[in-house]
Amino acid sequence: MIIDQDLSLNLQSRVERAFQDRTPITISGGGSKAFFGLPAAADETLDVTGHRGIVYYEPSELVVTARAGTLLKTLDKVLEEQGQMLAFEPPCFNDQATVGGTVACGFSGPRRPFTGSVSDFVLGCSIINGKSEYLRFGGRVMKNVAGFDVARLMTGALGQLGVLLEVSLRVMPIPETEMTLCYRVSQVSRALEMMQHWQGQSWPISALVYDGTILHVRLSGAEAAIKKAAHQLGGDLDLDGRLFWAGLRDHRLDFFKTSENLWRINIPPATQMSKISGQYLLDWGGAQRWLSSPEPAARIHQIVREHNGHAVCFRGAEKNDWIRFDPGLLNLHKKVRYAFDPCSILNPHRFTTGL
Amino acid sequence: MPSLLNKYFVEQCKTLLGKDNIITDPEALRVYECDALVALRSLPQLVALPETLEQVQALLRLCYRYKVPVVARGAGTGLAGGVLPAPDGIVIGLSRMQQILAIDPLNRTARVQPGVRNLAISEAAKAYGLYYAPDPSSQIACTIGGNIAENSGGVHCLKYGLTVHNVLEINMVTVEGELLTLGGSGLAAPGYGLLALAIGSEGLLGIVVEATVRLLPCPPCTQVLLVAFDSVEQAGNAVAAIVAGGLIPAGLELMDNAAIRVTEAFVHANYPVEAEAILLCEFDGLFEQVETDIVMAQSILTASGASEIRIARDTNERKLFWAGRKAAFPAVGRISADYYCMDGTIPRKHLAEVLRRISEFSRELDLQVVNVFHAGDGNLHPLILYDAGKPGDYDKAEKLGGQILELCVQVGGTITGEHGVGMEKLNYMCVQFSAAELGQFERLKTAFDANNLLNPGKVIPSLHRCAEFGRMHVHGGRMSHPDLERF
Repeated sequence: MIIDQDLSLNLQSRVERAFQDRTPITISGGGSKAFFGLPAAADETLDVTGHRGIVYYEPSELVVTARAGTLLKTLDKVLEEQGQMLAFEPPCFNDQATVGGTVACGFSGPRRPFTGSVSDFVLGCSIINGKSEYLRFGGRVMKNVAGFDVARLMTGALGQLGVLLEVSLRVMPIPETEMTLCYRVSQVSRALEMMQHWQGQSWPISALVYDGTILHVRLSGAEAAIKKAAHQLGGDLDLDGRLFWAGLRDHRLDFFKTSENLWRINIPPATQMSKISGQYLLDWGGAQRWLSSPEPAARIHQIVREHNGHAVCFRGAEKNDWIRFDPGLLNLHKKVRYAFDPCSILNPHRFTTGL
Repeated sequence: MPSLLNKYFVEQCKTLLGKDNIITDPEALRVYECDALVALRSLPQLVALPETLEQVQALLRLCYRYKVPVVARGAGTGLAGGVLPAPDGIVIGLSRMQQILAIDPLNRTARVQPGVRNLAISEAAKAYGLYYAPDPSSQIACTIGGNIAENSGGVHCLKYGLTVHNVLEINMVTVEGELLTLGGSGLAAPGYGLLALAIGSEGLLGIVVEATVRLLPCPPCTQVLLVAFDSVEQAGNAVAAIVAGGLIPAGLELMDNAAIRVTEAFVHANYPVEAEAILLCEFDGLFEQVETDIVMAQSILTASGASEIRIARDTNERKLFWAGRKAAFPAVGRISADYYCMDGTIPRKHLAEVLRRISEFSRELDLQVVNVFHAGDGNLHPLILYDAGKPGDYDKAEKLGGQILELCVQVGGTITGEHGVGMEKLNYMCVQFSAAELGQFERLKTAFDANNLLNPGKVIPSLHRCAEFGRMHVHGGRMSHPDLERF
C-alpha cells in the first residue's frame, strides 16, 4: 500500500544535520537510474521515496505538482485519466522510477524533438539546498520570468543543487490518434536524409527513429490529419507501434541488451558520423544516438566532439571517463554548486572527481 | 559633468574599439539613458559598440580590471528598465553585432549574433520554409540578445513556448572575458541546466555573443476565430474549457471591453464593441488538423456561452482580427497621455476574480485600466492610463500596478510573465520571494560575477530594500530560518 505523505520537514532536518556535521549524503529515489554517472561519495543515504503524492493537479491549467518521490507510473495514470500526459515521454527503466529522479537526471524520451524536453516542461520546484534552506522557485504558471530560472537549472543536476521536494510540470493533452509507420532503409545516410527532410516539413510527427534496418515514424494528432499524413508519407503500418515506442523509451528493445558500453550521443541531427564502430540506434530524428561500442572512451568523446556533439557513457564500464566538460564549463559548475551546497554534502562526485 | 570613469580606462576603450565605436558625448548618450520604460532614466558614462566577439571579451576584461559596471543592451525595447545604465558604469550596445552567421536548413537552426532582430531570423529562414517561433510584439525591432536576456514570449507561446524553448545553444562571455558555450545543438547538454538559467537572467550572468536557435517548418494552414462574450467570466471559462478539451491553440488572446473599444476606434477591425470580452483563438498545422480543431473549438465555445463566433474568411480577415490585438498598446497611447503596462501571470481559473479586483483598484485610484491578456498561458497585461504631466498621477499608477502584482502573487501567480524584473519590479520581488530565496539568487549571481559588475542593482533586491518596502514573503507561515531577524 502506497501512502501519500509530506516528509519535507523530516528531510530538511536530515539535511540540516548533514550540513552541520559536514557529512555527505546520497539522495536516493527509486534507484531505477542509479547506474547513471558515478556513485555519490557518501556514506549516508537520504531516502526520498516516502515523500510522495500529487499535491495539485488542474487539468484545465495544464499543470501538475507532485512530490519528488511520486512514482512516475502513478503520475502517468492520474494524468491519463484526464486525457493528459507528460509530453517529454520520460523513461521508466523500472516501476520504481520517480518524478524527482526524472528531473534530476534530465531524461526525455522519443517525443522530445517534437514536444520538448523535461526541462521545457518544468515550471517550478521546491528544494532543500545544501545549507538546509527550504526554497521555492518558478511556480505553476507557464510564463514566469521573476528571478533566475532555478527550477530548470535543477534538471540534469543529479541532485547536487538541492534535494527536490516538489516539482510542477506542464502537461499536455494525449493526442486523439497515433499511428506508426515503418520503412525498410539499408543505409544510415539515407535514413538521416529522410528524417531531416520530414522534420523540415509540417507533418504531425511525434517520434522518428532508425534502428539500423527500419525507420519508424510515429504520427500524432487528429484522425483526419494522421490519415492524410500517412497517405502522403507512405510506408507500412505497424499495428504494434505502441509497444515499440514504449520499448524504446524504457530501453527494453533488444538493442539495449548489449554487453558493450552503451553511449548516448547528442549531436546536430543531420550529422553523418560513421568513424566509431559499433551498433547505432538513431532516436530524436538523429539528434540523440545510442551507440553500443567497445571503442575506448577517449576516442568516442573526441570524435563526437569534432562533430559538435557530446557523448556520455550511459551504461557500462567507462566510469572514469563517462562524461567530459570543457574546463571553463566544469569550473562554472563548481561555482554554481558552491552557491547551493557550499560544503558539497549533496551527492558529491556524482559527475566526476570534485563535482 | 566630469566623467566618473578613470581616463586611462576611457582611453583603452577607444584603443580597443576605435573612437567611432565609443560614445562619450552627453547628447549622444541620451539615446541610452532608458529603455521603453521611459519613466526610469540614468545617463551612462560611456557607451561601447563592439563589432566582434573579441572586442566584447577585451571590453569585459578591461571593465573587470577597472571594476567598472557593465550594462549590455540590445534594441532597448524592454519594458522593465532592465538596461537602465549604472551611474558609474558603461553600456555595451550590441546593435553592431547583427550578422546572421548561418541558416542550416538540414538541422533547422540559425546561428546569429546578439544584435540580430527577432523578425530578421524568420525573414532569412523563410526561403527554406522555416521560421523562428517566439514573436514578442516588438519583434520588428527587438534583438535576439535581448530576447534571451528576458526570455521573451509572444502571442504564440501557448503552443510554441518562450525563448527558453527555442534556443539550443549560446556563446556567452563571462565577466572575466572568458567565452563559454552553454547548451548544444543535439537537443541536450550534459550537466546542470545552465542554458535555461542563462536565458532570462537579464544580463546579470554574462553577455551573449552568439546564439543557435531552433527553426520550425512554417505551418501550411492557419485559421483564427474571433469570439464574443457577454462577460469576462464566461470568456475566462471558455479558455479553460478549450484547454481542458484537449486543444492547444497556437494563440489564445483575450481583450476586455475597454480594450475592444479603444482598439476598434483605432484600427477599425470590426470588433463587436458591445461585447464584454472577446477571444482570438488561432489554430495552425495541416489543413485537416486545423479543420478538426476549429469544429471542436466552435462546439466548446458555443457551450461556454459565446454570443458570437466569427471564422476569418481569408488571410486578410485573419490579419484584420489580429490587427486590433496587435495595435492595443498604440491604441491606448492615442487616448491617454501615458500608460503603464503590467505583466503579471495568474492561474487562469482566477481570471474573473483578478479582473474584478483590478477594476475595483481602478475605481479607488481613479485611473482607467485596459486589459489585454495572453489568456492561453495566463499572462495578463493591464495597461494603466495616467498623465505624467498631472502631479501625483504617476505615483498613483505605480501604486495601482503594485496592487495588481501583489494580487497576482496572492492567487498563485507571478509578478512578471515575460517582461522581466529589471529595475521596475525590484520591490515586488520581495513579495514573491523569501529572504532565503533572494539570498540564493545573490549567491548564484556571485558564482558568475563575484564583484557585481554585470547589470548591478537589477532583478535581486537587497534585504534592506525589502525592509524599506515593508514586505517580505513568507510561504504559508513557513520560514526556513525562523530564528533570523526579518526586516
